[in-house]
Amino acid sequence: MSTQQQQPETQEAPEDPEMKGAESPVDEKEKEGGDIDQQTTPEPELEGETVHIKVFRYDPEVEGKQEPRFDDFHVPFKKGMTVLDAVMYARDTYDSSLTFRHSCRQAVCGSDAFFVNGKQRLGCKTQIADLEQPIRIEPLPHQEVVKDLVVDMDHFYDQMHTVEPYFQNEDTPDASDLEEQRQSRENREKVKMSTRCIWCGACMSSCNIAAGDNEYLGPAAINKAYKFAMDDREPEDVKEHRLRILEQEHGVWRCQTQFSCTEVCPKDIPLTEHIQELKREAVKKNLKFW
Amino acid sequence: MSQSYNRGLIEDFGRWKEFSAGMWAWIFHKFTGWMLIGYLFTHIAVLSSAITGPEAYTNTIQGLESLFIIRVLEVGLLAVAVFHILNGLRLLMVDLGVGLEAQDKSFYASLVLTAIITIASVPTFMDGVTL
Repeated sequence: MSTQQQQPETQEAPEDPEMKGAESPVDEKEKEGGDIDQQTTPEPELEGETVHIKVFRYDPEVEGKQEPRFDDFHVPFKKGMTVLDAVMYARDTYDSSLTFRHSCRQAVCGSDAFFVNGKQRLGCKTQIADLEQPIRIEPLPHQEVVKDLVVDMDHFYDQMHTVEPYFQNEDTPDASDLEEQRQSRENREKVKMSTRCIWCGACMSSCNIAAGDNEYLGPAAINKAYKFAMDDREPEDVKEHRLRILEQEHGVWRCQTQFSCTEVCPKDIPLTEHIQELKREAVKKNLKFW
Repeated sequence: MSQSYNRGLIEDFGRWKEFSAGMWAWIFHKFTGWMLIGYLFTHIAVLSSAITGPEAYTNTIQGLESLFIIRVLEVGLLAVAVFHILNGLRLLMVDLGVGLEAQDKSFYASLVLTAIITIASVPTFMDGVTL
């Protein structure tokens, strides 16, 4: 169970108000284990409200960091502060070796999905004020950890590409007359939610089935397929081709409606609903009454 | 990226406190399903005592029903069956795409209904048995 997490954290001197001297080489600090509380580093007094975060640390390339542990940081609280703001402050101020992905900081790029207090969330979209402290920040579960909060996303991207996530239509209008391929309002409304996906991987990480079955397409890929399978500008044979991919053993039928993906999706995509609809489409395609 | 750390069980049942309604529904549904399959085998065993004759069957049933533990297990069996039925209906709705946004509420409803039906059944199941 969670023993591995608790052990390292006790070494980490519970109440020492953070590795103020964290600029010193990390290895050294590591080897000394819990000795940091003896240091006489002058502590810049943090004024006002602070936030206590516990961040998962692991680096296979540095001796002494190969055993995963949690580091505690206390960062000054500001109104409107997000989890991403907190880890960025910790990195910039205390420990520059703290590693995580982030880019746009406004829930569009999908880089900073973390496992925050037991739930997959986007760091930049999660308000510190909404969370119980200490805030536990870990890399996404069910994905291999590369370093600290960075996980290996290769498999996720592979699954996304499996469903051919691009518009396919043979008879496109002539480029010369600049005609658009219009989608009806109703059809656009239907696929609207599915277009919101930002490839953050939170759903895939939350899915128990995807964890146990590496070949399962996963919620994000199926949702991507839904977007195109439901697009009525694509011809019927393309839709059938898409359903043939989806109705395979490791496709839509692996979903056991645990609703974990729907629950964690930072863009509120009704993933389970989309998977269920594709299941019905697959049945309709194969069911014949004669 | 030659090495990476496998967090093993930490990611699964060690996290049970963080499971959401849909996850619990899934776990309970699997669990009750296996319980019902297990019960089927004992059920067949009891019924097959009728092969030797009507007396043997009557004796088996009377012998079992006089045991307190069997009565308790019967209440448990009812609870398991009722939950499996109710959650099965919930899953049917989910498969039909009806009320997916209320799936957690329907799970809680099936739990509450199961509890009510089970408690209401206790006087009947426990009738005339002594410890």
